[in-house]
Amino acid sequence: MKLEKFQLIDRVVEFNAVEKTIRCEAKVPLQASIFEGHFPGYPLMPGVLLTEAMAQTAGWMLLSLDKFRRMAFLAGIRDAKFRNFVKPGDKIDLYAKSVHEGSGFAVAQARAEVDGKIVCDATIMYRVVDFPNEEFRQSMLEVAADVGVSVKVVADG
Amino acid sequence: MSSTFDTVANIISETCDIPRETIKPESHAIDDLGIDSLDFLDIAFAIDKAFGIKMPLEKWTQEINEGKATTEQYFVLRNLSDRIDALVAAKAAS
Repeated sequence: MKLEKFQLIDRVVEFNAVEKTIRCEAKVPLQASIFEGHFPGYPLMPGVLLTEAMAQTAGWMLLSLDKFRRMAFLAGIRDAKFRNFVKPGDKIDLYAKSVHEGSGFAVAQARAEVDGKIVCDATIMYRVVDFPNEEFRQSMLEVAADVGVSVKVVADG
Repeated sequence: MSSTFDTVANIISETCDIPRETIKPESHAIDDLGIDSLDFLDIAFAIDKAFGIKMPLEKWTQEINEGKATTEQYFVLRNLSDRIDALVAAKAAS
């Protein structure tokens, strides 16, 4: 988890194009400036960042399904629930499944677990549009390679 | 009135918190009901699910932007319902 780069996902563990599912991993850093304020003496991973981690997980799935032809921008979060605290050092397992791929939008369900217990879940909507420029698309491919999205599969598609 | 319109009107009412009785077949989703593009994504999702179709929103938007169609042709609810019926029929025939 590279909080300073807003990269909430460490790696893609499994992507299934048929089932339209993905599993990712993320390790919460032991030290980060956000824990100085959230909260002093009781550091917790903020819910908004857990939401972003779920959104990035489902986002990598949608980009992979679409072979990085278009970009999925966050459009809405529904029924987000934060069921357990996430603390520095926790390893988060993130899961997402495509619920619907519409015309210019997509919907996914996502959840995060720590030690097999669900810590949060949500239904997430994305606008799916053309990349605004090739530079942006290339940067996404570079991050994708960094987190383990199979660029080969992407290229073969 | 068609059941398609009723389903669409109910979806719009629930999704956008618009009183059901104010939603008429001649209502324009954007001009009369004030539905914006983001809210319409929620509506499109619900319609796609309810009817088992994929409304070609991007194609419709492109046609409007290119002047090949008017917003009324797609977003007046009577017309939208007719297009949903056509999509359902096309899917059944395929």
